Parts: sequence; structure tokens; C-alpha cells
Amino acid sequence: MKLNIHYFASVREQMAVEGQQLELTGSTSVAELITLLTRTELKFSAMIEATPSILVAVNQTVVGRSYTLADDDEVAFFPPMTGG
Amino acid sequence: MISVQAQDFDIGYEHESLRVRAGDPGAIVTFSGLVREIYDSSESASDVVSGLFLEHYPGMTERCLEDIVEQACQRWPLLATRVIHRVGELGPKEQIVFVGTASAHRHAAFESAMFIMDYLKSHAPFWKKQKSEDGSQWIASRASDAAAIKKWDLGS
Repeated sequence: MKLNIHYFASVREQMAVEGQQLELTGSTSVAELITLLTRTELKFSAMIEATPSILVAVNQTVVGRSYTLADDDEVAFFPPMTGG
Repeated sequence: MISVQAQDFDIGYEHESLRVRAGDPGAIVTFSGLVREIYDSSESASDVVSGLFLEHYPGMTERCLEDIVEQACQRWPLLATRVIHRVGELGPKEQIVFVGTASAHRHAAFESAMFIMDYLKSHAPFWKKQKSEDGSQWIASRASDAAAIKKWDLGS
């Protein structure tokens, strides 16, 4: 399963990249993806710690942690919105 | 009708455009949000703002704004709507956002404009980074913005 990951705002700055592609095997929920990235990427782990209220969008819709990811999903991590 | 753009907007033009598109409106409400020169952060003394950077999530932003306008149209009998949100670098006192609603009667126009703004602030993927003498920092979301959305029964 291939995932296209995007980062925005403070999350993007902490990750020091705009996004990344990830290849995973088997079915994965958002929570499992966060656990995997926290375990394998130091920057991600530090970013999650600094952003406890982080939001996750899949294919441009905000989803909960139990959402099951599918091949070619666009997954975005960002802090709470502050527009207007 | 929604726009996400770097360039400024003309309130007079947008009002006239709403008036024409609405056909025979009895009420037009317009709201514009501006960059404040003095930002009263809760943690420290007020900062003098030298500029603002507005980031967004292209694609999702437009979908969110279309969705909120659609929800407003289902709740109130609106004849025309307009939402403009600027992105990129903005200076103090510049315009950031415009919401305009036209209806036969004032209550629908007032309430729908407030609904669109409340929703936009905590649901549309925009993020503000503020520049001041002390450097630049991302603005944190406010509990009052999350509370504002609750009164419209939309959930968080």
C-alpha cells in the first residue's frame, strides 16, 4: 500500500519537508500509522509530542484515529486551523 | 462563489456583485476580517505585528469552503453568497477574509454570514504565522473559536 503524506504549517516546519511517500504492507489505521512513524522517525516523534492536538485528513477530509487507510490515500498532518 | 487568492479584494465591488447576482435581495450582510497591528496574545504583553503569513491546504481549502456555503444555503434562504480568503504574505491592517450573504430578509443574511465565519475559522485548513520584533510564530487556535461553532450544532 502506497501513501502520499503531506505536512502543513508548524508540522511542516518541524518535519523540515512538505511530505513523503510511504510503502506499507497490510491494512493500517491512522492510529497505527502514527505509531509506526513515531517509532521509526525521530522528527515525527518530536513533532507529535509538540503537537498533541494534531489533526489528520485523508483525501482532504478530517478523520478519526480509527480510520482505515487504503492504497494511494493522501494523508495530511496539521495543527488546528486558525483562518479567518 | 468562493475564492482563495493572494490578491486583495474590493468590498464595494463585491457588494455590488452580490446585489446583482441576488436579483431582488432585501438584505445584504458583508463581513471583512483584517490583520490587527496589535495582537493580544494570552502569554505575554501585546505584540506589535509586522506581518502575517497565511498557509493553506490547496484543494481541501476550496472543498471546505464550498461545503460550508452549501450548508449555509440549506439552513437559510439565501439568494447569493461570496467568500474570499487571502493567502500568502499580508501586512498590518490588510484585509484577510470577506464573507457576503444576500437574502430577502435581514435575519437570514446576518445569521448565515456569522455561521460561515464561525465554521471557516475552525474547519477550513488555513494557518496564520505572525511576524513581530521577537521573530515569527504560528498562532494557536482559540478555545473561543471552537466554542463559537458549537452553537450551530455542527460538532467540533
